[in-house]
Amino acid sequence: MSNQSDLTSRAVPYLIRGATLPDGTRSDVLLAGGRISELGIGLSHAGATVIDADGLQALPGLVDLHTHLREPGAEQSETVLTGSQAAARGGFTSVFAMANTSPTQDTAGVVEQVLALGERAGYVTVQPIGAVTKGLGGTQLAELGAMATSRARVRVFSDDGLCVSDPLLMRRALEYVKAFDGVIAQHSQEPRLTEKAQMNEGALSGELGLVGWPAVAEEAIIARDVLLAEHVGSRLHVCHISTAGSVDVIRWAKARGINVTAEVTPHHLLLTEDLVVGYDARFKVNPPLRRREDVEALRAALADGTIDIVATDHAPHPIESKDCEWDAAANGMVGLESALSVVQASVVDTGQLSWADVARVLSATPARIGRIDGQGQPIAVGAPAELTLVDPAARRVFGRADLSGLSANSPYLDMALPGRVLATFHRGAATVLDGVLRPAAEVAHLNGVFHG
Amino acid sequence: MSTSQKQSTSMRHLLSTKDLSRDAAIRLLDVAEDMSDVATREVKKLPTLRGKTVVNLFFEDSTRTRISFEAAAKRLSADVINFSAKGSSVSKGESLKDTAQTLAEIGADGVVIRHPASGAPAVLASSGWIDAGIINAGDGTHEHPTQALLDAFTIRRRLHGSASRGKSLDGVRVAIVGDILHSRVARSNLWLLNTLGAEVTFVSPPTLVPADVSGWPATFGFDLDAAIDTQPDVVMMLRIQAERMSAAFFPNSREYSRAWGLTDARFDRLGPVSIVMHPGPMNRGLEISSAAADSARSTVREQVANGVSVRMAALYLLLSGDRENA
Repeated sequence: MSNQSDLTSRAVPYLIRGATLPDGTRSDVLLAGGRISELGIGLSHAGATVIDADGLQALPGLVDLHTHLREPGAEQSETVLTGSQAAARGGFTSVFAMANTSPTQDTAGVVEQVLALGERAGYVTVQPIGAVTKGLGGTQLAELGAMATSRARVRVFSDDGLCVSDPLLMRRALEYVKAFDGVIAQHSQEPRLTEKAQMNEGALSGELGLVGWPAVAEEAIIARDVLLAEHVGSRLHVCHISTAGSVDVIRWAKARGINVTAEVTPHHLLLTEDLVVGYDARFKVNPPLRRREDVEALRAALADGTIDIVATDHAPHPIESKDCEWDAAANGMVGLESALSVVQASVVDTGQLSWADVARVLSATPARIGRIDGQGQPIAVGAPAELTLVDPAARRVFGRADLSGLSANSPYLDMALPGRVLATFHRGAATVLDGVLRPAAEVAHLNGVFHG
Repeated sequence: MSTSQKQSTSMRHLLSTKDLSRDAAIRLLDVAEDMSDVATREVKKLPTLRGKTVVNLFFEDSTRTRISFEAAAKRLSADVINFSAKGSSVSKGESLKDTAQTLAEIGADGVVIRHPASGAPAVLASSGWIDAGIINAGDGTHEHPTQALLDAFTIRRRLHGSASRGKSLDGVRVAIVGDILHSRVARSNLWLLNTLGAEVTFVSPPTLVPADVSGWPATFGFDLDAAIDTQPDVVMMLRIQAERMSAAFFPNSREYSRAWGLTDARFDRLGPVSIVMHPGPMNRGLEISSAAADSARSTVREQVANGVSVRMAALYLLLSGDRENA
C-alpha cells in the first residue's frame, strides 16, 4: 500500500472524452498520477492517451464482495491471475476472494499468500476473505484476529459454500469480529433441510424428480441470524439471497434497526428454475435458481434498498464437473465477465435501477461493507483512478470469447445480453481497453507489486 | 428433453411418458399386442433386430427390469450386452460421458439405461456422446416409462381382452397408493394414464407427496379406506422402501401397513371387478397382503409377462429401420 503512488505513476495519463457520469451529466475525465485529476468539458493534457467515450457510461470501478478465485488448491478451475483477468474484463477493480480454497484461507499465512498473488497480477485489488471456522469445519473458530491484523487486513469472514449452522458458534463469531470492525458474511442454508438437495423445491422439482431445496432452509437461517445480530449488536452480511421470503425477513430486520446487509447475485436477478428442465448442469447453483415470483421480489428489493449490493458468486468449475448427470454436477456459475450485462438486462433496462444505483450496488456499498480502502469512491477529482467504461447500447450474443477466466461454466453462453465493458482502469492503468484485456506482462509492469 | 416421434411409427428415444402423445402411446401398446402373440408361438423369436446391438446399462441393481429388457431384445434377435455398474469401471469413478463414448465405439444401436440420478437418460440423449436410441429404464425419482406402458397394457387387456387394439383408457379410475414422492413409477403412470384418458387418484402419507402437486392432473388423498370406498377400477400399490422410516417419513412399518397397506380387510371391500397391481418387487405383509397379491384380481404376474411385450415394442419402434433418418 505504501508504495502504491510510486507504482501508479508508471501508467500514462488517460483523457476520457465525453463520458456520461453516473448522475447523467457528461464530462471529460482525466486520469493522471493514479487519481482522477480533472473533470469538466474540453479538458486537455499533454501526452495523455485520448479515449472517445461518447455514448459510454462511466462507473466507479466495480467491487465484487463474493468471488471464488480457487487458488490455492484448484488452479485447474481458476487462479488469482485468471480470476483477476475475468474481473477486469467485467469492469471490476476489486474482488473479495472467498475462503474455500485448499488450504482454506483460515490463517494469516494463507490470506497473505492470496493477497500477494493478487498484487503480483495487478489487474484488480484482491482482498482475501477469511474463513469463520477452521478448515470450514463448522466446529472451531479460525484465527480471525490473526487474519485481521495480517498484511491482508481481513474484515470479511465467511464459510461460504457452507453455512455456519451452529447457532452458538455463529453468535460467538458475530461478537468476536466486533474487535476489528469485521463482518460475518453468512451462506444461509440449513443443512438438515437441504440434504442431497438439487433444485428449488416446488412444482418443478416434484415433476423432475430432483430433491427439493426449500426456500425455508434459507429463510430460517436468515431469521435466526438477524435475531442473533440484534442480540449481540453485531454486523451481519447475508450472502446471495434468493427467495421472496428472504427479502421479507431482511426488510423486517432493517425496519427494526438491525445492522444487516444483503446481497443478490446477477443470476438470481435474471434466471429462473425453468431452465433446469433439460437437466443441463450449467444451471445448477447454490442457492438454486428460484421461481419467477422470487426473481421479481429480488429486483424490487434491490431497487428499494432492502438488498444492498449485487455480488457475482463467480464460481469456476472444470468441464468434467458440469459435463455429467445433474446429481453428480458441481454447484456454481462463473459470473464476473457477465455481471454488469446481466444487471443491465434485469434491473436497468427494466427501469428499476439508474446507473447511479448501479454504482451504488456494484461499487460504493460493497466497498463500504468490506471496509476496503481506495475502492468504491464516487467519480470526483482526487478520487483514486478506479474507473469502468461501459457501452449500454451494445448488444451481443454472449460467448466463450467473452470469458477471460479459465472456466466456461457460464449459464449465459449463446444468450443475447445488453451492454459491454469497453475499458477498465485500476490505479490509473488500463486493464481493459477497447473491450480487450491488456496483456498480463504490461499490467504486472504497471500495477504489479513484487515481494521478496 | 426431447422424445421426437417420426410420424407415429418410429421414435428417437423413450425418455418419459410426459411427452408421449396419445397416438404414439396407443400405437406402442398395439405393437406390444403383436409382440405378445410371439410369446405364444413355438419359436418365440422375430428376426427384426438382427445385427443390432442393445446395451443394458444399469447403474442401479434391478435384476427384474434388466432381464425383462434382455428377454425383449433377444426375442427380437438383437445382440445384447449387459453393462452393470457393479464390478465395472463405473464403480471406480468413470464418468457417464466416458461410459457413453465407450458404448458408442462398441457400436451400440440402443442403450437401455437405469440410473440413480434423475435426468441421466435425458443427458445421455442430448449430450452428443452417443448416437444410439436411449430407453429410460428408470432414472432416480423421475420416470420409468416402460413400467407405466406395461401397466397401461395390463389394464387395457383386463378391460378389453383380445379386442384391446386401438383402445384408450378413457374413464378408467386408478388409485395409486404409497410413496409418491420417491416413485418414478407413480410419475410415469400419472402422465401416461392421463394421456390415455384415465382418472388418477394418489393416496399416501402427507410426508410422501411432493411439495407442490398443483400442476399434476390427479386428485390427492391421505385416506386409503375412503379411496377403496369409491370402488376404483384399479388399485396400484407401490413398493415402500424400508429406509424411508429412518428419514422420518413415517414412524414404522406397522403403522404404515395399518394406514396405507392393502390388507385382507381392505382387499375384501374392493369391488369384484377391481384389479390389484404392483410393479414388484413386493413387500408382502407391508404394502400388500399375500391374499391380495395372489388373488385372481391381482395382475402382478401378468405385469411381468406384459413387460417383455411392451419392451419389445419399444425396442422395435426405436431401433428397426434406418436410424440415420430417424
